[in-house]
Amino acid sequence: MRGDTGFPVRVRYSKQGKVRWISHRDVARAFERALRIEQLPLAFTLGFSPRPKVSFGLALSTGYESEAEYLDLELSAPVDLEPLPARLTAALPIGIEVDAVVELEERAPALQEAVAAVTWRVEVTHDDGQPVSEATLRALVAGARSAPVLEVTQVRKGRSSVSDVAPAIRRLEVLDAPGETFSSAIVEMELVTQPRGAKPSEVVAAIAGMSPSPVTLAVGRAVRTHQWIERDGARCEPLDADTRPRVPQVRAS
Amino acid sequence: MSNLWPRIEPLLAKVEKPARYIGMERGALAPVHRPGQAAFLLIYPDTYEIGLPNQGLQILYEILNERDDAVAERAYAPWVDLEAAMRRTGLPLFSVDTHRAATDFDVLAFNLSAELVYTNLLNCIDLAGVPVRCEDRRPEHPLVIAGGHCTFNPEPIADFVDAFVIGDGEEVVSEIAEVVSAWKRGGRASREMVLRDLATIVGVYVPSLYDVEYDGAALRSITPNVPEAPEAIEKRTVADLADWPYPKNQLVPLVEVVHDRLNVEIFRGCTRGCRFCQAGMITRPVRERPEEQVRTMVREGLRRTGYDEVALTSLSSADFSGIDRVVADLVNDQEGTGSVSLSLPSLRVDAFTVGIAAEIQKVRRTGLTFAPEGGSWRLRQVINKLITEEDLYAAVDGAYSSGWRRVKLYFLTGLPTESDEDTLGIAKLAREVIEIGRRHTKNPSCTVSLGGFVPKAHTPFQWFGQNGVEELHRKIGLVRGALKGQRAAQLKWHDPEATFAEGIVSRGDRRLGKVIERVWRAGGTFQEWSEYFHLSRWLEAMAAEGLDPDWYVTRQRTRDDLLPWEHIRAGLHSDFLWSDWQEALHEHGLPDCRWTPCYDCGVCTGYALEHVVASSVPPAGGSQGTGQDLSRGADIPVTLIRRPEHAEPALAGEIA
Repeated sequence: MRGDTGFPVRVRYSKQGKVRWISHRDVARAFERALRIEQLPLAFTLGFSPRPKVSFGLALSTGYESEAEYLDLELSAPVDLEPLPARLTAALPIGIEVDAVVELEERAPALQEAVAAVTWRVEVTHDDGQPVSEATLRALVAGARSAPVLEVTQVRKGRSSVSDVAPAIRRLEVLDAPGETFSSAIVEMELVTQPRGAKPSEVVAAIAGMSPSPVTLAVGRAVRTHQWIERDGARCEPLDADTRPRVPQVRAS
Repeated sequence: MSNLWPRIEPLLAKVEKPARYIGMERGALAPVHRPGQAAFLLIYPDTYEIGLPNQGLQILYEILNERDDAVAERAYAPWVDLEAAMRRTGLPLFSVDTHRAATDFDVLAFNLSAELVYTNLLNCIDLAGVPVRCEDRRPEHPLVIAGGHCTFNPEPIADFVDAFVIGDGEEVVSEIAEVVSAWKRGGRASREMVLRDLATIVGVYVPSLYDVEYDGAALRSITPNVPEAPEAIEKRTVADLADWPYPKNQLVPLVEVVHDRLNVEIFRGCTRGCRFCQAGMITRPVRERPEEQVRTMVREGLRRTGYDEVALTSLSSADFSGIDRVVADLVNDQEGTGSVSLSLPSLRVDAFTVGIAAEIQKVRRTGLTFAPEGGSWRLRQVINKLITEEDLYAAVDGAYSSGWRRVKLYFLTGLPTESDEDTLGIAKLAREVIEIGRRHTKNPSCTVSLGGFVPKAHTPFQWFGQNGVEELHRKIGLVRGALKGQRAAQLKWHDPEATFAEGIVSRGDRRLGKVIERVWRAGGTFQEWSEYFHLSRWLEAMAAEGLDPDWYVTRQRTRDDLLPWEHIRAGLHSDFLWSDWQEALHEHGLPDCRWTPCYDCGVCTGYALEHVVASSVPPAGGSQGTGQDLSRGADIPVTLIRRPEHAEPALAGEIA
């Protein structure tokens, strides 16, 4: 995104429904195809095998949904941004919807480094998919909030490791009533991304660890609702950081 | 009519690559099922990544959904993890388009491109909730139909498939749809009646309408048992590819698949006459797509799909008339969003080809693949792959001098008459290739890929006794030994045990049905995947059925043998195949009949077809598979029959 002559823009999109089962890499490839279908004038990297200058934000795990995904890309010529969300959405798979494209300042920090925290809304179920009662969940979450250390064991490629997810949790609370896409109790969590982030599944495992009797909880649906960038001590959403002034948009947060 | 998605989705969190099961490809249709329509579930019995790109399946998907009396969806074999979850929760095989149960369809239509998927065929039928054996099915069960190259010897799976389609599917699929929709409107009463109706369609084979008799181990007769069933089933062939600009909306999957690019078929059929090649024998004659239609399909296809790669597919893409012009234009005509790469699978081995490849890969010249197939000129005459060493060396020299670093060579081993000298010739060629490479680059690399030869039905080698497991291991060992110490050469080989299992089914008869069923019941699915393949399962099943594997695999057939596919006709005279087999044994090559006079293999004359070829002369450069010096091109005079005038203008319009 360091083009001297290019036109950097930031794109916000959502990923919901069946398409949540495709990987972050698949999403990237779908965007590359969409950009070609719409024949946008893309800036390319120099070198042996030129690639379009597109950079994605934090990866979204396969199976998770999001209302707030971002990517930055650099155009080689100015384009009317107004119709771009609709154009890109039409060229993307069903369930990936672009809702905003804004001009980005030159030399804006990369999304991956700039995003400091994310907010998740997570449906917590029993391991077999059965709902968890709100009361049970409230008791467990209260325990987790007061615990100084929240150790979770992860198994990756046959090796297990123990880590503490407590430092990654900025906020953790049980929401009052399930929303329309959720059928079980819901936890809202704000998690920092640095120095080490945590996944909703790790936090849910830590919550389950609060239970006096062994219980296995699972993530039903998980939706990333916000990503946060910090500027001058205040947090803002990526569309409002390092971007050119724009007409304010009405958006529930 | 149920949407199974709510039951499928909870299983996806715990399986590998869940996106295999969601559909939603760009170009996918949202078929609406209406009463009285014949509903087809088109199934590729291997993973989504292998099955999705299959062009045959995509073509039929479009043609059927364009019809008023039919509707079609797609399904692929679920991977073992999802299959276990489906069986645990009682979930049937489902379509990826609208996630409908397989039993909601009237036809389960399978594409069979490789013999080792037969156990997956049974598994898919079973997962669909349909009895695997035809005789156990009732009117409420869908019909099981299969097409694809494997059906040129349908007998090993005759117990499981109600009807086979032999040859090109574009036209016959509509005739089948008419019969099935009439059956459905009549209340799907009698399976036997609809099967008899299907048997009257040219190119359709209903195995239950034929009695097979044996004389000890030998096959004695295959006889129709009802008047509707013809004595011989002739393959279907579309006369002109220009009439079929399909797929019009190639599917763009959301996950990476094999051949993940726009694929445009530039011609069908091949008359190079390589004697080991079943595809070349059963798809004759050559039918080129008009150049202008190719351009339109590429242009429109790229625009619609967003792909940045296009492959011009065929059995020998450099043979397309005017290929150099088409390639040059495609490479130069790149508007807009960046560069598009072009690939030509199945390239010939000569300097002309390298010239085209250089035109295509202007920037990244990493690897180039050639398939000499045989290790010596003698052996290449036997198999009729008439590449001279000069051709190969000129091609390789051209490749390294144009900046390629890696050359990949494909060979078959276990070919008829192959001596150890021939086998060792593979290592000799590889060493020479590396030497040539050293003249141009410090670190040339040459990958040698060895496949064990499996004789196939309807080829001149259908009588040949295949090499056994030990012999193939020995030959691979010879090449390995000879390449020892050659750090620039990498040797890869196909598992001889898998080659043997493929040999059992490739030329098998109906008795193999019970063997395939046993292997499947023992859990032997995904046999093309080495982690799930065990030859012991096949050998145990053969033993349990009292069948001798060597009788099927390594035994040399004689002219008196009644071959199990005798009643299936690819148009090739059996006299022609036999004499070509004899020519092979005498090391005589046979030129390509596109550019030399007809030697009457039987296809064109028998089916009143003609080659549809735009150029009367082969392109210049190399011997063009004739073994003659054709470096000047253009000097083998032949009379060409002109393409019908209507073809070209009609097409461009249809695509848009």
